[in-house]
Amino acid sequence: MPRRLPVLVVAGIIGLAAVLLLPLLSPSLVTLLALILAKGIVVLGIIILLQAGQVSFGHAMFFGAGAYAVAFYGRYVGTGDMLLYLLFGAVSGGVLGLVVGLFVVRYREIFFGMLNLAFSMVLWSLLEKMFHYTNGADGIRVARPTIAGMAFTPEGFSYALLYLTFAIAVAALFIVQRYLESPLGHMLRAIKSNETRLEYLGVSARRVLLVGYVVSAVLGGLGGSLVAAIQQIATPEFAYWTKSGEFVFIAILGGAGHALGAFAGATVFEFVRFYASAQLADAWQMILGGVLIVIILLAPAGLIGLLARHRGAEPPRAA
Amino acid sequence: MPQVLLSARGLVIRFGGVIAADGVDLDIVEGEHLAIIGPNGAGKTTFLNMATGYLKPQAGRVEFLGEDITAHSPRTITRLGIARAFQIPQLFLDHTVIESLLIAAASRAGRLTTMRNLHALPERDEMVRLLALVGADDVAERKAIVLPEGKRKLVDIAMALALRPKLVLMDEPTSGVASSEKFAIMDVLVAALDAQGVTSVFVEHDMEVVERYADRVAVWSAGRIQTSGPPAEVLKDPTVVSQVIGI
Repeated sequence: MPRRLPVLVVAGIIGLAAVLLLPLLSPSLVTLLALILAKGIVVLGIIILLQAGQVSFGHAMFFGAGAYAVAFYGRYVGTGDMLLYLLFGAVSGGVLGLVVGLFVVRYREIFFGMLNLAFSMVLWSLLEKMFHYTNGADGIRVARPTIAGMAFTPEGFSYALLYLTFAIAVAALFIVQRYLESPLGHMLRAIKSNETRLEYLGVSARRVLLVGYVVSAVLGGLGGSLVAAIQQIATPEFAYWTKSGEFVFIAILGGAGHALGAFAGATVFEFVRFYASAQLADAWQMILGGVLIVIILLAPAGLIGLLARHRGAEPPRAA
Repeated sequence: MPQVLLSARGLVIRFGGVIAADGVDLDIVEGEHLAIIGPNGAGKTTFLNMATGYLKPQAGRVEFLGEDITAHSPRTITRLGIARAFQIPQLFLDHTVIESLLIAAASRAGRLTTMRNLHALPERDEMVRLLALVGADDVAERKAIVLPEGKRKLVDIAMALALRPKLVLMDEPTSGVASSEKFAIMDVLVAALDAQGVTSVFVEHDMEVVERYADRVAVWSAGRIQTSGPPAEVLKDPTVVSQVIGI
């Protein structure tokens, strides 16, 4: 873990300025920025698991759980408040994470990745097939909630939601970075380098991984409920494996050496997708693929690794 | 009468046709430094594996301070006070040396729920002193992956000592170390063990090291303890000389 990297602080300040100022210059960016931040929150969870050398190809299940927690609340209880939705999304992600985690933390590497994928596909097919409750592939529309009791116009809502998402993203960033630098966070990295020794120090590697897994699931649920509110819909696509792949893609793009990598990756990913799909409607995946190849070849520690290297500090490890 | 820390009775384990333990009985007494010697394949490391829960014996039992630990996991046994150092150092290659020790200290002190920075743990000074004690304080801030073999050994042992064990089991502490350095390393090590009042068992091939540092030596042969006693006597035993030391 890079210790103190002022360059990352600078990057954070630039991010802050971008979030606060860009929407005022170009209102069309409001939704894009909110999406970037919400996805960055989910990717923080992937970065936590990458510390232990584990890649989840099923993390969209928690993203989907958070989104459907909001959608079901709206459908069966009535339109609620965004803060309640967030609580609901986080708890749904966390509870599902605990249940799935109890199984998957027993496995490592490809088995871990595939088992996660399998669990996520179960959730996806439930959302898709239980039409009576979920509207199947059409998904469930999410009505505009109040935020902290205040009702907003559609335009005001998108701004308020952006700033709320930003606040949550900043809080999540700091909490995750602190976690990664705490003994438990270092133990996650020790799982990657020598799990047997960790056990011989009296530490349960499974328990260490389970804590990381549940934290990452909570982040997935939070991100899902935010995106459901931003896009005002929850569909089974939220839990589909391509979405899981997207989160892993963003994590590798951004780099797992620092929690900020999640947001750096999400920013590049969403901007490339936004502008590439506007210019080259059917070729944006190709461009994204090209970007990832360049990153993996030239900067295996991701964008955040590039920043650290530029600074002359010890580069963060590759994921 | 000194207390028996670890007691093994009738340990048996076979790997296919190979009998790695064929009725091992051994008591390890508080405060002693016991050397285990014997030819390759005699079952020395297998004994360490059974004593730390890595392998379950097919028969027999291991007790630690009167508690049956035969079926316990390495983790549980570690928590009871038996630490292990390895023949091939088992380090966290991605961490610095001081971080590796702090992870051990955090485990010992039960600091798994704290959100404090690893480097800000109250055990840090103690770990720096421990590194100085084993003579590895010069590499505290270096990553384990860049260390030379001799230092890796010391760090591996320091990680075990960071747990403040009652008993430490070491597998060939001087293997992979330049012969000119072996006494220096053992001097430091035994001083560190005595300073902390830690009982030790070490598997060793170097008879000079055994003679100089062990209080007692147990001779392994084909899965059994052939004889045991003070090094001065045992190492002169003609059978031991011919079968084990191979002169």
